[in-house]
Amino acid sequence: MATTTTPARAAIPTVTEARQGKGGVNWGRVAAWAAMIIIILITLFPFYWMLRTALSTSKSLFGNPSSLLPVDFTTGAFERVLGTATQEEAVAEGGSGAEVNFWLFLRNSFIFATVCTVGQVFFSALAAYAFARLRWPGRDKVFFLFLTSLMVPPIFTLLPNFILIRNLGLINTFAGLVAPYLLMTPFAIFFLRQFFLGINKEVEEAAKLDGAGHWRIFFQIILPMSTAPMVTLAILTFINMWNEYFWPLLVGNDEQTRVLTVAIGVFESQTPAGSPDWAGLMAATLVAALPLLILFFMFAKKVVNSIGFSGMK
Amino acid sequence: MTTDTVEPVVAADYKAGVRGTDEPPGRSDLGMAMIFILPATIGFLVFYAYPFVRGLYFSLTRYNLLGTPHFIGFDNFTRMVQDNQFWNALLVTVQYVIYNIVFQTILAVAIAVLMHRLTKSTLVRGVILLPFLISNVIAAMLWFWLLDYQIGLVNEFISFIGLDRIAFFGDSTWAIPTIAMVNVWRHMGYTALLVFAGLQTIPEYVYEAASVDGSTEWRSFWRITLPLLRPILALVLVITVTGSFQVFDTVAVTTQGGPVNATRVMQFYIYQKGFVQGEFGYASALSVILFIILATVALIQLKVLNAGESDLA
Repeated sequence: MATTTTPARAAIPTVTEARQGKGGVNWGRVAAWAAMIIIILITLFPFYWMLRTALSTSKSLFGNPSSLLPVDFTTGAFERVLGTATQEEAVAEGGSGAEVNFWLFLRNSFIFATVCTVGQVFFSALAAYAFARLRWPGRDKVFFLFLTSLMVPPIFTLLPNFILIRNLGLINTFAGLVAPYLLMTPFAIFFLRQFFLGINKEVEEAAKLDGAGHWRIFFQIILPMSTAPMVTLAILTFINMWNEYFWPLLVGNDEQTRVLTVAIGVFESQTPAGSPDWAGLMAATLVAALPLLILFFMFAKKVVNSIGFSGMK
Repeated sequence: MTTDTVEPVVAADYKAGVRGTDEPPGRSDLGMAMIFILPATIGFLVFYAYPFVRGLYFSLTRYNLLGTPHFIGFDNFTRMVQDNQFWNALLVTVQYVIYNIVFQTILAVAIAVLMHRLTKSTLVRGVILLPFLISNVIAAMLWFWLLDYQIGLVNEFISFIGLDRIAFFGDSTWAIPTIAMVNVWRHMGYTALLVFAGLQTIPEYVYEAASVDGSTEWRSFWRITLPLLRPILALVLVITVTGSFQVFDTVAVTTQGGPVNATRVMQFYIYQKGFVQGEFGYASALSVILFIILATVALIQLKVLNAGESDLA
């Protein structure tokens, strides 16, 4: 087999080889790489500029706005953001001097994103199991009903949800913040159900013969077999929750429950109007982005490969 | 396991997905299923179904958040017809969506095709995805700084090559395209990865055959890639257009709807009406209209682009 197909395949030049046919430089390919490199630069350069600005002082930025290296190199902006600089130091470097409680907001973001992610993935998995593996009347109709809520834009349910949370007295509490995200999203259920449907039935049947109930099957067979999609879903959910802005803005604007996205908006509005504290702002955004970037570097391959059509919100 | 492959598309798999497993009717696990779906059902009823109905009701009331909603029939909707701010918001939103979607789709397809033909490297894909990991708020702040009129790098460059500085966020003709571009920057990599996943479903032999017939890369792109990509592109478009209509974060942290009304997009107008001016009933009516628009646009797209069918069959 191999001996007959290999020469045949070799005889057909691949697209790239065909383009290189005339020998010498393949200009099409060079141009393509050039375009790719430009795109990568456009993607990466703003991140560098963030760092470069954060390591400058806001006052000296005005003197040398286009220097590629930090102007007046200092870690003062980071100290300002993390609360280790005194007020005088902050003002001297062009900060507002207002107290920033960054560690608190970081903690809040972690609580919000983690609780939402864990709850959502776990409870959605439970439901997905019932939709995929259990037999009960009306199952597919209920599932369809759940799915239809994918069509409703978040803003539509967000307004009444705000009223509900307010009437329950849960404004500025973590309970109020996580409530709408904690128990399910239609997408999470859909995503996990798809996967559970594909798990081989025989393992499950064998466990049943051994007298295992549905709880044991779920926890000891289904969940361990589904770690890959569960982790994928959890990472995507965590990214979305970490970056959420509108809901926390409405429900958790108090310092004690303020998440990083909201905090950055507040930080920006407090900065001196005529000469914004750009170094401080960039340090703040960098610190706010860092946890996700670290998460990304840990799971990069998984995240990148998971973005097919399963990765859509 | 399956995370490395392209998961079936949400909408295309809709019908097949709802049907569920082909099991003979027999014993029912109703009791068990009830327990498994209980948390998700509470979440669905309390935070999706109930607010949906309640939102419809609020849209028929006058409600200032303090008292009780006062039923006024369709007054909110008749008022909307004469509300210039509403028509302006609609117009501005549509402009935003057009800029955003046209550039984002072209760039995403270009990036995806480049990656597909040049490299399968996870590193490149990871880099491309990077902007998606930071929140809209951070992306907005970052570009607010890069595009600053006085000392932003982009304006430094513009004045360096001898042109006039541009008030990207402060000029009413530039503001909407600028905000659209900021979000193109954040989302193009993510969209490119979705398209990339679609490209991988096109078998290599199609290109090889075309190459044998003397087709150039350029022609192959228009004659093969694009037609075969159509169903997936359609779904990508439905998702991105729906998301694009709901732009809020970027506007909220940069222009706040200004200069004058130039960037007061629908969702920001809803936010202002509901939470700043306390006209909650009117805000709900606006969100009903937004919902209807989104549903209509999605349906038209699916029809026109024939998303369900693949030309590969």
